Amino acid sequence: MLNDLAIRLRQNVGLATAVLLFAALYLLYNLAHPKGFSPAVLVQNGDEIFALAMLAMAQTVPVLTSGLDLSVGAVMTMVGCFASYLLTGAAGGTPLHLDVLGLHLGLGTFPDGVGGILLGTIVCLAIGTLAGFINGCVVVYGRIQPIIATLATGAVYIGIALFLRPTPGGKIDEDLNWAMTNSLGDFASTLHIFDDGAAGWFAPFAWIPVPFALLVLIALVVWVPFRRSVLGRAVYAVGSAEGAAYMSGLPIERAKMAAFTLAGFFAGCGGLFLAIQTSSGNADIPQAGAYTLNSIASVVIGGTSLLGGTGSAIGSIFGAMILRVISFFFRIFDIAPLLQPLFEGLILLAAVSIGALGVLRVRNTLELFR
Amino acid sequence: MADTILAPQAFLTLSGISKRYAGVRALEGVDFACDHSRIHAVLGENGAGKSTLIKIISGVVRPDSGSMRLAGSDVRFATPSAANAAGVVCIFQELSLMPDLTVADNISIASPPRRFGLIDARAQRRRAERLLAEIGCEDVNPLLRVRDLPLSRRQMVEIAKALGQRPKLLILDEATSALTAADVEKVYAMLARLKSEGTAILYISHRMHEVEALADRASVFRNGRHIETFDKGARSTADIVQLMIGRDIATQYPPKPARQPAKPVLALENLSWEKHLDRISLTVGAGEIVGLGGLDGQGQKSLLLALFGVLRGVTGRVTVGGREVRPGSPAAAKSASIALVPEDRKTEGLMLPMSIADNLAIASLAALSAGPFVDRAKERAAIERAVTRLQIKIGKADDAVSTLSGGNQQKVVLAKWLMTEPRIILLNDPTRGIDVGTKQELYRLMRELADQGAAILFYSTDYDELIGCCDRVAIMYDGRIVRELQGDELTETNIIASALNIDAAAGNVHAQ
Repeated sequence: MLNDLAIRLRQNVGLATAVLLFAALYLLYNLAHPKGFSPAVLVQNGDEIFALAMLAMAQTVPVLTSGLDLSVGAVMTMVGCFASYLLTGAAGGTPLHLDVLGLHLGLGTFPDGVGGILLGTIVCLAIGTLAGFINGCVVVYGRIQPIIATLATGAVYIGIALFLRPTPGGKIDEDLNWAMTNSLGDFASTLHIFDDGAAGWFAPFAWIPVPFALLVLIALVVWVPFRRSVLGRAVYAVGSAEGAAYMSGLPIERAKMAAFTLAGFFAGCGGLFLAIQTSSGNADIPQAGAYTLNSIASVVIGGTSLLGGTGSAIGSIFGAMILRVISFFFRIFDIAPLLQPLFEGLILLAAVSIGALGVLRVRNTLELFR
Repeated sequence: MADTILAPQAFLTLSGISKRYAGVRALEGVDFACDHSRIHAVLGENGAGKSTLIKIISGVVRPDSGSMRLAGSDVRFATPSAANAAGVVCIFQELSLMPDLTVADNISIASPPRRFGLIDARAQRRRAERLLAEIGCEDVNPLLRVRDLPLSRRQMVEIAKALGQRPKLLILDEATSALTAADVEKVYAMLARLKSEGTAILYISHRMHEVEALADRASVFRNGRHIETFDKGARSTADIVQLMIGRDIATQYPPKPARQPAKPVLALENLSWEKHLDRISLTVGAGEIVGLGGLDGQGQKSLLLALFGVLRGVTGRVTVGGREVRPGSPAAAKSASIALVPEDRKTEGLMLPMSIADNLAIASLAALSAGPFVDRAKERAAIERAVTRLQIKIGKADDAVSTLSGGNQQKVVLAKWLMTEPRIILLNDPTRGIDVGTKQELYRLMRELADQGAAILFYSTDYDELIGCCDRVAIMYDGRIVRELQGDELTETNIIASALNIDAAAGNVHAQ
């Protein structure tokens, strides 16, 4: 059994490294922060981490099949722009009405209050998932390399976002913004559940920031079952050896479709949250690009191989958190924000180098090329 | 062809199967059948159509014409999984394992045990343990990634995976080529058990002794046609070889010249590396072909890699022509006039998508260049010389090397190194998976090179080959050279006895 444990540890050394690195950095950050270890800091960090963590999860799935998804940032931006129409919470809301080339497009009338917000959320996530599904179709049926396919579709999604929000704007229901970007206690009191969050049993959890709780929830409800499903394993198999996966009778095409569709869903979650957090929709092209690149960096730091086949979305969440904590340090130590990309780059290089240290132990140099 | 073979009760029957690839005939009007409870060997040179045959049976490719009946009903498999579902399972030569997944994942990849719709990791692990135990591989931990297993263990995992699908027709395509002798025994035992349980088994192998030991019946293919099917013992080995090549082979091996004391070109003293090489001392003289024998995995491959500068941390002395060398990389070995024909021509020997010409010239670009640029005329001339010398059958030198047959690919690998005019040639099982005709050409070429003064160190898993080709054979066991055989000592008995590290006369196991 000890042997088994050693094997598992060795196979997850990338994830373990990411967790330890994050723990060390975050501890240091809290020690250096004047209000370190306080719920307020935690809530703020949670809000800043969530969107990137979702994009990192999104990027992980296609990367596991050994394909990059360059459209995750674009899907996030597009869904955010939709959200700024659909989640206004306005009474008798007229969520999305557009005039295109003389045609009138409308998504009808949403109910007021919670019902409307739930419906809007579902529509937003469905849009993200659909975008991912389209990526999957282009890759699988168009037989186009993922990196090119998603470069193109990403441009289309950004185009749609720009069409929806030529300038930043829109509005998000204020209660929704408040409930989602604070602690679980605030969430409960906004929704008037659990005695407005004052229930005795609820007290031990009330301090947890909503985004963190949401992150854990999505990981447990979406990622863990997916990983343990036959389709999820086919995703790993395709990334590891596509020919062998085919010869083993695995549903290769369905696995790739699932990978990109799931990426769209996760990116949609990120976009939805970003819109809620900023209370607006913004077709920000540089931001979409930065998120895409950071999602790839998070995946690598989290121990997932860009060659596919190994790694997990959990590792990528920690990768995203590491990247974010580094930017927190800039605030604390008052370092010029312009230096931030430099440091992020150095950390990424260091993380990748640690992963490559094993090379020094190889006694048969031929193995380096396998 | 005996009519009984196509009796209606046959489990699998193919009639009139034809297949062409881009106009090239792979199979032509093939009738073939195999029965329950039989091990049926399929024999033929490379390119005879064996691979196409099993690819059609296992649903990898579809035939252009003809029909296939399985257990009395017509079938037409669109994918490998459709064939699996019908009980047709194939163990392919190129492993169908996913290196980043665990052994347990791989074994149950097609239909894992599930609980609540999700994969049940524990049940899957127990299943893997049970199947591995069935083939005597309890030592493999199912949690390990396939990537971390040696090739011989991977092959056993592949077999366990196939076994787990409870095949009604099991196809083995050179499935034992990577196995150790002990594992081969286990596989034989498993095949015998499956046979007694009624499984039909198709066995493709280039190793005649395996076929003789196992098969109840054999079919010979040549040039895409089914030539003959016969029962065990109905044909001698010589007859079978005759059927396979369709022409007479007078002498299989070129004659060895009378031995004169050769000046050692390559000398090793106390070469050691990790656990795999243990104080190896050996000399190879100019004009000599020295064989490396023994069971698979006793350090022979490591020895060749060590000499070629691939291994780190090698201790001991290597001299080439009296001068000490210490190659730290293949590039350094090359400048010390050493050449290696590697184990796997597809990954280590060739750059498959590049042209034949590029592959041939790649090791000698320095000699073919004027300043920083390759001298095109010089290159062309050198390539033409190489193609003529080795009689490589090519269309255009600009075709991708992947379009060549296995035997011709191997010739390209050899030709590439001959262009560097090496004094020392290391050969790592160069005839593996190559047809009889090309094998003989390679033997002739080796002798020719030796006669021109090259020192050749030749590792082979085929005892016949070692006896036929080598002036001297060093038998390795557990990283050491346990015996050197030459002249009349070079017999199969001696080689096998030394390989097992036992005294042939007394039958005693040597003290370790």
